[in-house]
Amino acid sequence: MTEAVGRVEAMPHAEPPRWRFDSRWILIGVPVVLVVWLAIVPLTFLLWQSVLTPHTAARPAEFTLDNFRTAYFSADTFGLFVNSVVFATGTALFALLVGTALAWMNERTNTPFKSLFFALSIIPLVIPGILFTVAWMLLASPKIGLLNVALQGLFGTDMVFFDIYTMAGMIWVDGLHYSPIAFLLMTAAFRSMDPSLEESAQMSGASILQIAYRITFKLAWPAVLGSLLILFVRAIESFEVPALLGLPVGIHVYTSAIYQAIHQYPSQIGLASSYAITLLVLCCFGIYLQSRLSYQGSRFSTVTGKGFRPRTVDLGRWRWFAASLFVIYFLVIVLLPFLVLVWTSLQKYYSAPSWDALNRMSFDNYRSVLDYPGFWTTVRNSLFLSLTCASIIMIVAAVISWVVVRTKIPGRWLLDTLASMPLVFPGIVLGLSIMICYLYIDIGIYNTIWIMLVAYVTRFLPYGMRYVSTSMLQIHKELEESAAMSGASWSMNFRRIVLPLLKPGLLAGFVYVVIVSIRELSSSILLYSPGNEVVSIMIWELWQNGQYVELSALGVMLILLLFVLVMIAQIIGRRFGIAER
Amino acid sequence: MLSVKALYTEYASEHGTVVKAAQNVAFEVPEGKLFTLLGPSGCGKTTTLRSIAGLERPVSGEIEVAGRAVYSSSRGIFVAPNKRNFGMVFQSYAIWPHMNVFQNVAFPLEVRKLARREIADKVMRVLAAVQLGHLVDREATKLSGGQQQRLALARALVMEPQLLLLDEPLSNLDAKLRDAMRTELKRLQREFNLTTVYVTHDQTEALALSHEIAVMNDGFIVQIGTPRQIYEQPSNQFVADFVGQTNFIGGTVTAVDEPAGRCRVMTALGELKAHAADGVVRDAAVVVSVRPEDVELSEQEPTPEADDNIVRTTVHAKDFLGEYLDFQVRVGDVVLQARAHSSLRTPTGDPIFVRMRAAKCVAIRTNTAPPASLASQQ
Repeated sequence: MTEAVGRVEAMPHAEPPRWRFDSRWILIGVPVVLVVWLAIVPLTFLLWQSVLTPHTAARPAEFTLDNFRTAYFSADTFGLFVNSVVFATGTALFALLVGTALAWMNERTNTPFKSLFFALSIIPLVIPGILFTVAWMLLASPKIGLLNVALQGLFGTDMVFFDIYTMAGMIWVDGLHYSPIAFLLMTAAFRSMDPSLEESAQMSGASILQIAYRITFKLAWPAVLGSLLILFVRAIESFEVPALLGLPVGIHVYTSAIYQAIHQYPSQIGLASSYAITLLVLCCFGIYLQSRLSYQGSRFSTVTGKGFRPRTVDLGRWRWFAASLFVIYFLVIVLLPFLVLVWTSLQKYYSAPSWDALNRMSFDNYRSVLDYPGFWTTVRNSLFLSLTCASIIMIVAAVISWVVVRTKIPGRWLLDTLASMPLVFPGIVLGLSIMICYLYIDIGIYNTIWIMLVAYVTRFLPYGMRYVSTSMLQIHKELEESAAMSGASWSMNFRRIVLPLLKPGLLAGFVYVVIVSIRELSSSILLYSPGNEVVSIMIWELWQNGQYVELSALGVMLILLLFVLVMIAQIIGRRFGIAER
Repeated sequence: MLSVKALYTEYASEHGTVVKAAQNVAFEVPEGKLFTLLGPSGCGKTTTLRSIAGLERPVSGEIEVAGRAVYSSSRGIFVAPNKRNFGMVFQSYAIWPHMNVFQNVAFPLEVRKLARREIADKVMRVLAAVQLGHLVDREATKLSGGQQQRLALARALVMEPQLLLLDEPLSNLDAKLRDAMRTELKRLQREFNLTTVYVTHDQTEALALSHEIAVMNDGFIVQIGTPRQIYEQPSNQFVADFVGQTNFIGGTVTAVDEPAGRCRVMTALGELKAHAADGVVRDAAVVVSVRPEDVELSEQEPTPEADDNIVRTTVHAKDFLGEYLDFQVRVGDVVLQARAHSSLRTPTGDPIFVRMRAAKCVAIRTNTAPPASLASQQ
């Protein structure tokens, strides 16, 4: 004690430490609280609700394990589990197969026009899942599918060539829908592989087959398995395909089972919750394995040399075959779905192309969609939601990334984890937990548009984080430090130095979040209320009413809008050198 | 041993245009010698090496190793790289990250289907030679840069290659390690008597390691010679400039003494006696190249010997660099770089005498003849 006094005396100018209020604590504190609230609270409610009986006027909810008993031990349980796993595995394998083949042809062969193809590979992302599914119904439904009608006409039979309402049909549609993601993942994998690893094996005397098995395959294995897991998680949480194609014929998976449990009377929230928890566990398991793998994969990263252009395999005459595969792929993933929507949108009622039908073409459907009661409210809702949610996300993500990347605050890794956690929530599970949460915490947002905003912000925060922290890492720390040395306060520094430098990343992330939130369906489907519909819900409702022609007109307009947005995102990305995703 | 004749290569760039890499490249490497391809990036040296390896398919030319053609455009021969039995060390080392040290080295023997016992013997012997014997079971990715380099070398040596190809093997190492590895590499090459082709952009490496050097520029070989010839008698301005530091003094040839290989050049410093490079004739426009360490400085006027050029200059600037001094001395508008012992303390502005021996002054034609003709003389 005396020593301490002595030291203070030795420094006559030392001021007593004084806690000063600093604006940075609000700036940091608010997003932190927000993230904790968004990521943790709904999950708690989900767990809590899964052990309660339905709450009715007659009987209050009480503790039970019945929900889990129903979810795990009823007769349907096994079928549900098997269906989900078969569907997700099939989709992941199919998407990976297609994506890998295309990525290999694009990266390592001399297929003609491949650079054009790479530029086009971004386009499938503009077709929302629900429209892609509807388009494939119009193409391959056993009764009205254009492909069936055309082939039946050609061969003069009544035979059904394609039936989309089967497990195989579901895998086909969802697998195609996710194949661009597989393509991007595998392209990255092929690019990160140092070609000299294969060349040195060749110089060691190994034959092409020996190289393929002992070097290329072994090195690519972590990437392949990792991509497979990502696709598996994406597929098991996908809602549109199981709901539109599976439900009508009784093929149930977890996502559609959750939807059904909520939409029956009385709502089985508890049962839906226990399904949701099962689904969540499956997803977490997949993501966990994937992160383990990517950790292992990073061990494999080596010093790369001057990046000599990798030798491409000469396919000889087969390269025209490869090019035609590209064309066919583009046909089934973009052109056919889009054209069938355009065709349908111009008809009075749905019919196969013919001279008669050609004469009946009109823009009436577009007019009637625009005159549809509530159409403009819906558009306003969608715009409001996507723009507000993107703005909030980018601000929160900027602050959180700053805290995570720049500060040494203990526990910042936890913040990062929390902000990325919603990535694991399937959309419908997130919708469900948020629904339960605000049913109980009555702050007046249940049944309003605000609850959807909460869902969107939670769901897409991880995407925003990824954009911002990537560009944050590129800003050299000394730029901030020199501003501080010039006398700028923390908030001045953040406003004048950090934010302007982050602008490209923020802008690209903003547009991306706008795109994904306009397409959002699986969370909204549990949260919307009359008057608060968004565009994707309107499409859903048109489908339920069987109004295919109006749906197509709306779909065509939406796709064109999204196309423009994706192009903007691309231009921003290219100008500022930010890679997609 | 290795003979490359009239080699032309080209490749399609990312924009689809055809880029010419090696142009009319020709050289011979005798058994057991280390031959270096030296040049700036993009000069075609790596493409030439990769053509020898078979990783690149040339447009035309002939490549023969010990009488066996591995590539011949006229006879339509192209031996696949895995059938050539050449060892190669890549710039990135290309260590397979999913194998340990032993497995990396054993791979070339395994694909040759050797007996397990024999593989183990040979691997251990070659690992001992590169001083990695104690790290057999180490994960390959856990090695330091220098160790990865040794491992890559061991993997190339274990198959007892007919020819060893090295593609800038030292460029990923830090300076100190690079010097040590260079010595090591030289020892191994001499010890195993390996016929070696070495690619580098680093002139120190090339001079220290090689039996013979080919300097390349824009796809052409612009000079072939021993390290001493390349350094002391550059045959053109590019070589003089690229290899080492040099002063260029412009002038016109006034007399040529062909049998002695000498000439006289009228320059801003007066008439200089110089060694005549190829193609120097009377009245030709030339530059005289003289290395800074060959510009000898003294405060007293030296007594001239038969072959000396003596010039009176003033000290323009000087930098103390520890082991030596960098002087800039000046005559009229001409500034010469000179390297002097740190004991020389002449102040800036004072007069100083320069002595340049004729043998160290090389007169080079300024408008060098098209390199194609040079290369074809080889």
